[in-house]
Amino acid sequence: MTSQTVAPAAAETRAIGGAPSLASRIPWTLIVFLFACAVPWIGSRYNTFLAEQIAIDALFAVSLNLLLGTTGLVSFGHVAYFGVGAYVCGILMKTYDLPFIVAFPAAGLGTALFALVSGFFCVRLIKLYFAMLTLAFSQIVWAIAYKWNDVTGGDQGLPDIPFPNLDWMNAIPGLGSLKTADQFYLLTIALIAVSLAAVHRIVRSPFGRVLTTIRDNPERAAFIGVNVRAYQLAAFVVAGAFAGFAGALYGIFSRGVFADYVFWSKSAEVMIMTILGGMDYFWGPPVGALALVWLNQQVTDYTEYWPFVLGAILLVLLFVFPGGIVGGIDLLWRRVRRWRGA
Amino acid sequence: MSAGSLFSQFMGGLTTAMFLFLIASGLSLVFGIMRVINFAHGSFYMIGAYLAWQGVAWFHPTGAGFWLAALLAMLGVGAMGAVIERLFFRPLYGREELYQLLFTYALVLILGDAAKFLWGTQQLSVSTPPVLAGSVQIFGTTQPLYNLFIMAIGPLIAFGGWLVLNRSGIGRMVRAAQMDREMLDALGANVGTIYTGMFVFSSCLAGLAGALVTPIQSIVPGMDVLIIVQAFIVVVIGGMGSFWGTFWGSVIYGEVLSFGILIFPGFSLFSVFALMAVILIVRPWGLFGRPL
Repeated sequence: MTSQTVAPAAAETRAIGGAPSLASRIPWTLIVFLFACAVPWIGSRYNTFLAEQIAIDALFAVSLNLLLGTTGLVSFGHVAYFGVGAYVCGILMKTYDLPFIVAFPAAGLGTALFALVSGFFCVRLIKLYFAMLTLAFSQIVWAIAYKWNDVTGGDQGLPDIPFPNLDWMNAIPGLGSLKTADQFYLLTIALIAVSLAAVHRIVRSPFGRVLTTIRDNPERAAFIGVNVRAYQLAAFVVAGAFAGFAGALYGIFSRGVFADYVFWSKSAEVMIMTILGGMDYFWGPPVGALALVWLNQQVTDYTEYWPFVLGAILLVLLFVFPGGIVGGIDLLWRRVRRWRGA
Repeated sequence: MSAGSLFSQFMGGLTTAMFLFLIASGLSLVFGIMRVINFAHGSFYMIGAYLAWQGVAWFHPTGAGFWLAALLAMLGVGAMGAVIERLFFRPLYGREELYQLLFTYALVLILGDAAKFLWGTQQLSVSTPPVLAGSVQIFGTTQPLYNLFIMAIGPLIAFGGWLVLNRSGIGRMVRAAQMDREMLDALGANVGTIYTGMFVFSSCLAGLAGALVTPIQSIVPGMDVLIIVQAFIVVVIGGMGSFWGTFWGSVIYGEVLSFGILIFPGFSLFSVFALMAVILIVRPWGLFGRPL
């Protein structure tokens, strides 16, 4: 990871040392959040659908990046936790008729427990073996989802997951006139904003700094007294829980949970999202989610060969822009500043 | 349960196993030498199957047609492997595994769609070559000749591969590259050529496997991502990079799947993934491999 650590370090010193530029004084996150909230009023139903997809994918990709970019763990089975969250929430709401306020936290908790058990074994392995074991666990989840007809619905899946009861929103002025799907969209945006803020806080905390230290040099981290495996496991559990939240929201959003969600190629897709945005930056994965969902929508209008386009994008990314979109913008921005400063 | 049906269950498992061995051996070889998990190996196998179908369509299925088609598939996929290794893989050798993994995944996406574009999405099938179309009676069970042929091919390739790797000059070079790439390079050997050679050889095996599977299974889009996970399991069980390990890994996989269906139907899929996880936890380098 040595070659990639330079960029964020440089970004850090600039933020502390240099005079704050105009661009850094604008509260970007607030603007994006308010814009996302406004989508049901300013956009079509289809725009809201896309925005919800982007928001959920963004949280999923950010949770993966906690492992990939922050801790340096290449998980090739992250979709397992997304899937467990989706199934737990879906089963509790549909089969047991529990309210969302119980099912949603339960999905996060259940996923965290599963991540604790599977992660306990995964963090004992290094590099490729770690990737293989995460893949094995995700395929176990897939096999269970695909075959355990009584609980998961097997290959038929769990269709018609109900929307949560959102009648309380009618009491808020301006929201009463919205359709249930739009009200759920607002709830999703709020929950994802809170989740992203929480992950951001974790990454910037002393705990997050230790994770970055482990990524850069596990031997040295162990040498200064860090329990590397315990920290990796903690990161694994936190990442799993947030993936579980994303999955729970996705199950309701797409009105069903199906075994396809958990197939291993979905893990690769979220990984592409993360890298496309730039895994060295907190806002990289959300940018990647935005870019990929938007591109998918544009490309599928013209051709059915979306995987081909995705593969080509991935090639360009790997060979030309390994830093992703945000990495590329950052590089360009620093060039411009240097050129103006000279 | 009668001995006869147990025997045919066993033979079914063995056929699965020998097919998987043809695919997994190439995957294991590339991993052992280049330390790269090649997700695209399943795609090579699929392209091999489509090329074989194309070959049969050109050469007619009678007489030597099928064998010519298999040869075409093997050489075609081998040539494709050579181009991919030279143009794309080479710059990635120094990079992290993540980039290599994602590169092979990009190949999966591109080759999958290329196959759809060239051959469409409908099921294609190839008839069994006339020489092997019959069947024989063993212990009161009917065994298709073609399955027996596959069961013979597997050990043949395993033995041949072992012979070349352990008893020839080329094999010595390959094993040296596996142990210490830089040192071999410094001693004046052309490591780049060895890498290309091994990658091409592994691609040829995938292409051949794809061609040989066509009389038994129909060719459909998506067969690439389904087979690659199975091949991974086999390689993990046997030990990545070990040729005999992959052989026994395939036998274990085939039999667990085959008898698992008898013991708990519906969960045999689960049992093979669980087996993979247990092996990774207890002995990450596999039953026959050596620790990295």
